[in-house]
Amino acid sequence: MANLKINKQEFEKYIKLTPQIIEKINLFGTPIEKLSDNEIEIEILPNRPDMLSMYGFLRSFESLIGKPSLNEYKISKPKKEYFIEIDPSVAKIRPYTACAIAKNISFDDEKIKEIIDLQGKLHATLGRKRKKVAIGIYPLDKIKLPIKYEARSPHKIKFMPLDYERELNALEILKMHPTGKEYAHLLEGYDKFPLFVDSADKILSMPPIINSNETGKITINTKDVFIECTGFDFNILKKTLNIIVATLADMNKDSEMFSMELRYKNGKEITPDFKTEKISVSLERINKLIGIDIKEDELKRLLLKMGHDYRDREAIIAPWRIDILHEVDIIEDVAIAYGYENFTPIIPNISTIGEESKKEILKRKISDLLVGLGFLETSSYSLTNIHEMKKTGLKNNPIEIEESKSEYNMLRENLLVSSMKILSNNIDAEYPQNIFEIGTIFKKQNSSIEESDSLVVSLCPSNFTKAKQILEYLGKMLNLSFSLEVEKHPSFVEGRTASILLNNKKIGNLGEINPLVLKNWHMKMPVASFEINLEERYKLLNNQ
Amino acid sequence: MDDTIITLSPLERKIILLLKYPFNEIIEKSGLDNVSVFHALKYLANKGIIELDVKKSKLIDLGTNGIIYAKNNLPERNLLDLLATKNIIRLEDAKKESRLSDNEFKVALGVLKSKAMIELKEGRIKLIASKEEIVKKTLEEQLIEKLKNKEIYLDELSLEQSSAFNSLIKRKDILKLKEEKNIEFSLTNHGKAIIKNIEKSNQDLIEALTPEIIKSGIWQKKKFRHYDVKSNVPAIYGGKRHFVNEAIDFTKKIWLEMGFKEMQGPILTTSFWNFDALFTPQDHPAREMHDTFFIKETEGKLPERELVLKIKQAHEKGINGSKGWGYEWSEKEAKKILLRTHTTVLSIQTLAKLKELPAKYFAIGKVFRNETIDWKHAFEFYQTEGIVVDKDVNFRHLLGYLQEFYKKMGFLKIKFVPTFFAFTEPSVEIQIFHPKRKEWLELGGA
Repeated sequence: MANLKINKQEFEKYIKLTPQIIEKINLFGTPIEKLSDNEIEIEILPNRPDMLSMYGFLRSFESLIGKPSLNEYKISKPKKEYFIEIDPSVAKIRPYTACAIAKNISFDDEKIKEIIDLQGKLHATLGRKRKKVAIGIYPLDKIKLPIKYEARSPHKIKFMPLDYERELNALEILKMHPTGKEYAHLLEGYDKFPLFVDSADKILSMPPIINSNETGKITINTKDVFIECTGFDFNILKKTLNIIVATLADMNKDSEMFSMELRYKNGKEITPDFKTEKISVSLERINKLIGIDIKEDELKRLLLKMGHDYRDREAIIAPWRIDILHEVDIIEDVAIAYGYENFTPIIPNISTIGEESKKEILKRKISDLLVGLGFLETSSYSLTNIHEMKKTGLKNNPIEIEESKSEYNMLRENLLVSSMKILSNNIDAEYPQNIFEIGTIFKKQNSSIEESDSLVVSLCPSNFTKAKQILEYLGKMLNLSFSLEVEKHPSFVEGRTASILLNNKKIGNLGEINPLVLKNWHMKMPVASFEINLEERYKLLNNQ
Repeated sequence: MDDTIITLSPLERKIILLLKYPFNEIIEKSGLDNVSVFHALKYLANKGIIELDVKKSKLIDLGTNGIIYAKNNLPERNLLDLLATKNIIRLEDAKKESRLSDNEFKVALGVLKSKAMIELKEGRIKLIASKEEIVKKTLEEQLIEKLKNKEIYLDELSLEQSSAFNSLIKRKDILKLKEEKNIEFSLTNHGKAIIKNIEKSNQDLIEALTPEIIKSGIWQKKKFRHYDVKSNVPAIYGGKRHFVNEAIDFTKKIWLEMGFKEMQGPILTTSFWNFDALFTPQDHPAREMHDTFFIKETEGKLPERELVLKIKQAHEKGINGSKGWGYEWSEKEAKKILLRTHTTVLSIQTLAKLKELPAKYFAIGKVFRNETIDWKHAFEFYQTEGIVVDKDVNFRHLLGYLQEFYKKMGFLKIKFVPTFFAFTEPSVEIQIFHPKRKEWLELGGA
């Protein structure tokens, strides 16, 4: 999710921020995160990258509130030299591009900032950090048209990258230039790198990495620009280009947009494509799905509010919208235009019987029994780490998580670890401390992982007998006959450890905690504990 | 008066006869410990027999380091002695030759600088104190000297000692403060009267009621000692459920009241169910290790082929009139095992095998996100959700159930705002009005 920061004075040139407008912005699904004297910060959801600039936001919001939109977008046909020759060498590296020329923009500092900001935000979100889409914008007066998109060997590529004081070859750029280093992985493994080159053989840029300092930098003297987007999905590139072109057009009413011809070896395309895309919609389905009753003219009015149009059972989609994949996306837009606040919630006549999971009922019964005995229920994280396991005497091969931002990076194999940790955190609190927890534990079984519910009961200070009394009480109340067998377990004292069996199957342990474990957890009070796996008991639920 | 006498415990009776002695002697003569005697006096005071005056005073003594410094001089003195022979010395040499620890050296430098006895310049220490100043014992040294012989009451410090105390108490273990209780009491008139009568009073009272007393019937002939019904008793703590689980039960009850059936399923699941089946494209940021806990060295199983192919097509080219995301869908990516990031896994699994309509299901379960832990984030938390499936359910019905659910949760003032999820359309965010903070808070999506 990205936040859009807009200069408040600039914004208010278009719309005054009255309390009603503020509420309207919030109800548009673009919540205002911060509002100060100078700035308004709006959250833009990931499906609407077209609103990642002030102009983009205004484009949609103004039509929603019924103001005429900023601009009619007219795209002129390409002039003679307005073409890109796409060499087959890029096919396996970064196969597609979508390009345009925008004239008469007349950049100033504010506009340069605005467009670079939009470019950065599109890279970060829709562009998936330039992997999916990389955007380049160039001053047209530095370029000799036409332009070629081709791939060359890295050692044959040499130019001065943006904001650098000398020429570097392609490999040096990836090693030394800060932007080069950041995105080097995107060209890893290729023996040729893609380039935009003009007809004087000057390198304009090496997508998706960096522009040339000479031909790829917009200044306040720039009036006309060449825009390209490169990537792997032509459709997304076209939409991204449309977002940029529409924004540039919004920046200056006197600007003029030109399309360009993309010449492939076996065919050609023209971009940008503002010839709007259509999707068929059914008024009946719309009314049925959102529970309203509107007529066709109302549908057209609502779609216009969302920047679309409607003709002959087809929605004509706004050219910068990347998120319209299906009729339901149009239906959602109709609902937004209708206003969520205008829907009356109703409960339908659907008769169903509520039902709680039998496992949950059993778990609550166990909890209630133990609470009745004066136990305190605990609830702890399912993740642990090697230190906590070692402290508890466990050294089985742990189940590790690929990457964790906290110190917890393993799945717990029992609840005893959690129990010990809680007792250890409370050594300054009053005793006795009798606790229990029901939670999920994880065990490696060959290549898969077995997940099960477990119950741990820990008494402190306590001994074997008291723990066994609790176990037997639970057995009696749950109608289970446990039996105990001598066992050795590193967490418990030898000779005071038992395995707990149910129907001759081992389901847990009981014993006095080993003083070494107590010492590891900085405990001075004796602890007796038992843990049972509940899965065996769950099996009986199906027979009940 | 008799009313009071009958409330006296054997302990209080014992002490009451010793009240002519000071506190220390009462301890000696009664053979009781300090605490018991003090408690008994407090009870007697409560009953108006004595007036109790407890003065707490603070006593200064040398701490562990204080005892060492009293013998071997303070670190600043050691450094000063060294400087007296050198005048200017490099910092690292001074440290080495003074044989002070890192910490002591730092403190010594700080003290001497604050007393304007040295200057620090370009990594060197320069002595600027006069001979007389050097020889003279500092206030701190004088105080330590005093404390070597005997403890001093805090409120008896002179002005100079006070300043020395303030600087030394900040340093590690040089001084320690002890609290001393000075207990004085005097008999009230009521008390005096009681002492006169106590000997004559009936001393044969029933203390604890025992089975023997009940059985023998003695209780009919004797009087019970009266208890002070207002006196404090030690606290006890009962068992109770964890508050999170109480909240879960509360929420669950709401779903059940509305006729929903519980869904359950494992925490570990495949990317297929957690993401792919919910139309989250494979290059979505949420699918990076940065956001989600993936399990090392494992690979999950995909469901039946037919379903996998449908999902593949939905992502690549789209199905049922959708355009799809338009990328090459990877089975390997879908097989990754993770800790579920939302309970929607359970909803989609339920929907995948649903046969009968209408149906209403809910889930409450743990979900995981790769987060650092702070006051508003945790990597593990609970989520709850519900689904209603029937032929003619619509968006307004969704809002209807949401409104009802939030009402039962106690949120009467809510509003619905558009939002985005990869797997719902139309999507709605539920905001609740926080009555204390007077603002709208995001509390759910649907």
